[in-house]
This record gives sequence, structure tokens and C-alpha cells, in this order.
Amino acid sequence: MNRNTPPPSKLKKRLTVVDFLLYGAVALFIFYAVYRVNDVLVYHWNWSKVLGFLVKFDDESEAWVSNLLLQGLWTTLRLALWATVLATVFGIVMGYWRTCKNLTLRIISRTYVELIRNMPPVVFIFIFYFFVSSQIFPALGIEDIDSEGAFASSAMFHFMFGDPQLFSNFLAGMLCLALFEGAYITEIVRAGIQSTEKGQWEAARAIGLSPFNVLRDIVIPQAVRKILPPLAGQFITLIKDSAIISLISIQELTFVATEVAATTTRVFETWILVGFMYFILCYSFALLFAHLERRAKRSQR
Amino acid sequence: MSDNKIGTPLVEITGLSKWYGDFSALYDINLTVSSGEKVVVCGPSGSGKSTMIRCINQLEEHQVGTIFVDGREVKPGMKNIEEVRRDVGMVFQSFNLFPHLSVVDNLTIGPMRNKGISKAEATEIAMHFLERVHIAEQADKYPPQLSGGQQQRVAIARALCLKPKIMLFDEPTSALDPEMIAGVLDIMIELAEDGMTMICVTHEMGFARKVADRIVFMDEGEIVEVAEPETFFNNPSTDRSKLFLSQLLGH
Ligand SMILES: Nc1ncnc2c1ncn2[C@@H]1O[C@H](COP(=O)(O)OP(=O)(O)OP(=O)(O)O)[C@@H](O)[C@H]1O
Ligand SMILES: [Mg+2]
Repeated sequence: MNRNTPPPSKLKKRLTVVDFLLYGAVALFIFYAVYRVNDVLVYHWNWSKVLGFLVKFDDESEAWVSNLLLQGLWTTLRLALWATVLATVFGIVMGYWRTCKNLTLRIISRTYVELIRNMPPVVFIFIFYFFVSSQIFPALGIEDIDSEGAFASSAMFHFMFGDPQLFSNFLAGMLCLALFEGAYITEIVRAGIQSTEKGQWEAARAIGLSPFNVLRDIVIPQAVRKILPPLAGQFITLIKDSAIISLISIQELTFVATEVAATTTRVFETWILVGFMYFILCYSFALLFAHLERRAKRSQR
Repeated sequence: MSDNKIGTPLVEITGLSKWYGDFSALYDINLTVSSGEKVVVCGPSGSGKSTMIRCINQLEEHQVGTIFVDGREVKPGMKNIEEVRRDVGMVFQSFNLFPHLSVVDNLTIGPMRNKGISKAEATEIAMHFLERVHIAEQADKYPPQLSGGQQQRVAIARALCLKPKIMLFDEPTSALDPEMIAGVLDIMIELAEDGMTMICVTHEMGFARKVADRIVFMDEGEIVEVAEPETFFNNPSTDRSKLFLSQLLGH
């Protein structure tokens, strides 16, 4: 053997008896489930009816256009994106307040987090929704947004917020979701700020940096590196949690799925399809974030 | 002992007391350090050495007594404490370099943010001080890539970049491997010879003998003895300092 011989090849991973038993058990279970549905329930699968709610052929424009389910998916995406932006803002402000010396700020942010974390999301959303949509929006005049106005009827508006006639509805759902997820982001941000060692704060202060510069130049850059992974996870959770907004009639994926299931009576097909859509959406983001994280690690000398 | 000219009082501590909760960490500390003077502070662990020097730049807030730095009183909750801190360089036991910034950026951030000078100018100052601590060739590395001794020298340079009037050292060599200590001490000796005012918490007695004008011995939050190095080492006047010295030299 000399220096140029290739390294010995790795031992091949072999499947053991236990692996085969496990695969067998899973296959058996699936087989049994299919058998129950087809032969005992005598369920006749009909996918075409449901798939027709994904896209349909529009006779007027003679083109394929997205139908209810795809539109719901877009609404879900829009909701999730805006809610993430807003929740991040809440989370940063509240998370910073959680670490402040000022007692009032600490009480406010602590109350916010505890209120939301110790209440079932559904309950919070009902309370919030009826309060906001019946009290605050009319007071702000958001109900009477001019859906024919130049901005509201523009393609840009449609792309960003969906149908202008449903705007106040969209806004309520988005706010709800943002407030809700903001509480969890608050805790992530707080942990990030507090994870920066005491010595870093002290060294930054000792060279005479202002409190603002201490945060901006020293604490936040170090905290951000630590909180990006949990933040990405929270974003995916937010997409999944957005399903709950269907309860206040926001026309996102879960809401339209309920309607499609009712009109077609194809309950299994609808929910399997919708589950698959959520899975694709969330898993794509998970892969994307994992990729970004790997890249950030590599560029971090 | 240095015979640099000793000038006006730079740090004046009068009747300083501090508690952590009910625990009295400092009691009735009086100490004046004049410009050009080098003071070494020693004493057993937990005697309040760190707490005392950290009150000078208000990393710790005192409750009773007054502290003047270059004629300005520093007190808890004061505005513009940053201005005082820019005149007071501090070096920590655990270096506390900013790990996300390169060595040169660790040095430039202070002058750039505090004095609003340009990056180019700040880099020039930074390189000057990196050369002074004999580490200019590491300017573009990141702190975790350096040895402990190199990191501590960078930390000294970072403090010097603000052209402080006084330097505080809190056990700068006690986290270092033995072979790294001499390099850091040499830098501190050079600084002393250049006339920098210094308060050093350290148990490096060779350094103390060579550099200190006075030794301040603390125990249980009080200053027990202040003496010139020769007097302190050869002829300590209190039982507590005798005990401390015998333990220090014992191993
Ligand atoms: N943040 C704090 N909270 C409570 N007690 C503290 C705090 N910081 C220091 N102390 C206590 O105050 C006393 C003095 O601490 P200090 O760090 O000043 O001692 P020291 O002389 O520097 O000791 P060492 O040689 O171990 O560094 C110690 O008894 C310590 O336990
Ligand atoms: Mg100490």
C-alpha cells in the first residue's frame, strides 16, 4: 500500500431483520386501511371531482384558471407571509421589552405572552375576531375601504392582499394570526437576546457604545445567528396554524376545503388532497430553510 | 517603581459602599489614583477587587459614596456615562472580544461609532495599536481563531484605540496558559513605561514589583492596606496581608 491508494471503502449498510419486520408492519397496516375503506365501507374513490376544484377550464377566456382550492392555497400563503412579517415585528419589540430594565415594559410584554400561551388558540381567535371586527375596524373605517379605488383594484393589490372586497376579512385574520404567533416569536427573540453572554454586553459598554449601538452592533448580530433556525420552524408552524383562521370565515385553504368537501361530498379525497397541499407547502419551506442554514454555516468561515 | 511624573487625581473614590441584595460587597472604599500612576490591586477571591474597578466605569452601580473620573462624577443612572467610559479602557479576564467581528473590526467599531470617524481612519488607528501589541498580521482573522494570549492582546489594543486616560485590568492573565502570560505582561509593562495610568487587579507579583507605584490589598470588601511594593512584599503591616502573601507564595 502506498500513499496514493484510495481509502478503504466504507462498510455497506445492510438491512437487518428488524428493518424488514418494520417495513412489513407498515405495509400491512396500509393494506388493511385500504381494505377497510374499499371493501368494508365500500367507498368509491372519485378524485376527478375534487381535482376539478384545483384548476378549471374557463370557457370565457379559454384558459385554465385556478379554482377554489388553489385560490385558498394562495390566500393561505398571503396570510402566512404578511402574518410572519407582522409577527416578527411584534416579536422583536416585545422580545426586547421582555429583557428591558423598565418594569412597565416587562409587565406589558410578559402579559401579552402569558395571555396567548395560556389560552386555546381557538378561544383567543374568537374573542379577538369579534372584538376587532365589530369594534376596532368600524372605528378605523377599514370596513369602507373603496374596493373600486385605483389602488384597491390594481393588480398589485390583488397580488398582495387578494380580493379587495374581502380585505377587512383578510386583515382581521392576518392580525389574529400575527398576534398569536408573535407571542411565540417574542420568546424566541428573548432567548436570543439573553443567550448573548454577559461579557459581550460589558465589553460593548466598556468601549463606550451607546445602548442602541450595543444592541445593533454587538447583541443583535450574535442573537440573529442563534434564532434563525427556531424562527424558521415557527414560520412553518404559522402556516399550519393558519388553518384555524378558517373558523372566522377567512377563505383560506382549510375554509374552502370544508366547502368543497360539502358540495362534492367527497370527504376523504378532499382532505387527503388538502393535507398533501399543506405538506408540499410546509416541506418546501423546511427544505429551503435547511438549505439557507447550510449556506450560512458554510459562509461563516 | 516608575519615576514617571505623577500628576493630578484622575480617579477619586470616596466612601464607596456596595451591596448585592443584603450582601455587603464593598465597604467604605477610599482610593485616589493620579494620572501616570500604576496601582496593583490584590486580595483573596471574593474580596471585591473586580466590583471596585467595575464601579469606576459603572459596569456595576454603587449605592453609597462618590466616584470622580477626570473631574466628572460618575453615578448610577447618569446620562452620558458613555463619555466617561470612552476615557476608561477596560480589559477583562475572559477577553470578551466580539466573536462575529474580525480582529480589526473589533478595534474599529468603538472609534467609528463613538467619534464618527471614517472606516479608513479607524482602520489606520487600529493597525497602529495592533502593531503595538505585536499582532498586526492577525488583523483579518476572527477572535475564535486566535490563542488566548493573542486574544488578550487584541483586547488591550481594542481598549487603547479609544485613547483612554486610564486603563483598568481585571486579572488579564489568569485565564491564560502559562506560556502565554509573559507576552501579555510585556505589553502591559510597555504601556506602563509609556506613562499610561493603570489600575490592575492581578496576582502576578513580578509584574507588581516591577511596575506598581502602590499595592492596594483588599479583603472582605475593604481596603486593608496600601503600600509601596517593596514594603508590601517584604514587610506587610497587617495579619491578613501576611496570610494572603504566605498563601500566594506557598504554591
Ligand atoms: N452579581 C452579583 N450578585 C451577587 N453577588 C455578587 C455579584 N457579583 C459579585 N458578587 C459577590 O461580591 C463579592 C465580591 O466579588 P468580586 O467579583 O468583586 O470579587 P473578586 O475580588 O474580584 O474575586 P475574584 O478574585 O474571584 O475575581 C463576592 O463575594 C461575590 O460573590
Ligand atoms: Mg474578580
